[in-house]
Amino acid sequence: MIELTHLPIDLVSVLRSVQSPEAGAVVLFVGTTRETTDGRRTRWLDYEAYPAMAERILADLEAEARRRWPLAGCAIVHRLGRVEVGEASVAVAVSSAHRGPAFEAGQWLIDRLKESAPIWKQEHWADGTCQWVHPGLDLPGTPAGETPP
Amino acid sequence: MKATVRLFAIARQAAARDCVEVDLPDGATIAELRRRLAGQCPALAPLLPAMCFAIDARYAADAQSVPAGADVACIPPVSGG
Repeated sequence: MIELTHLPIDLVSVLRSVQSPEAGAVVLFVGTTRETTDGRRTRWLDYEAYPAMAERILADLEAEARRRWPLAGCAIVHRLGRVEVGEASVAVAVSSAHRGPAFEAGQWLIDRLKESAPIWKQEHWADGTCQWVHPGLDLPGTPAGETPP
Repeated sequence: MKATVRLFAIARQAAARDCVEVDLPDGATIAELRRRLAGQCPALAPLLPAMCFAIDARYAADAQSVPAGADVACIPPVSGG
């Protein structure tokens, strides 16, 4: 199951969606908004996606994970829009007969999602500035720690 | 032909719009699209070397040609999760 949502992620329903009588193991990964990054305080994160492509890539990742591991269930849910500190931005749940494949597939899915899904976060810092997060891109504009005029 | 390029995140912010229409010769590649985009939208020029592109919601290499009517997107380095 793949879902992009502007609503808070219901973690219990994500878990339930992968539970089944054949599964003896369920692994749930939840990515949440962290309050501090490199000593700076975050007020909230804003997530943007290219929805059609993100959904296709996440569906491809689910299909590939099911090829690699004997999974009973697989669910990937990503939140979009404003996500407050402590709230979940992403949930990956997988189930399988035994725990090994579930742990491995869960780790693989969140790692690949972070590498390839066209989803972006914007930090809204406590000092009132904001900044798109683009790993490897030396961003022009307001240097970290400075307030724009 | 004309291609409409979707912009996201820093690229959308730099260009102050969510898409740009680019004139392309028939059979033009993503590499050519990069050059034309930089010329047509100078605010994007410094960002473009770090951007990936997608055609019809699939990542596309620089050598790939842009079909007429394709859905083209400029994809900044991703940061989901």
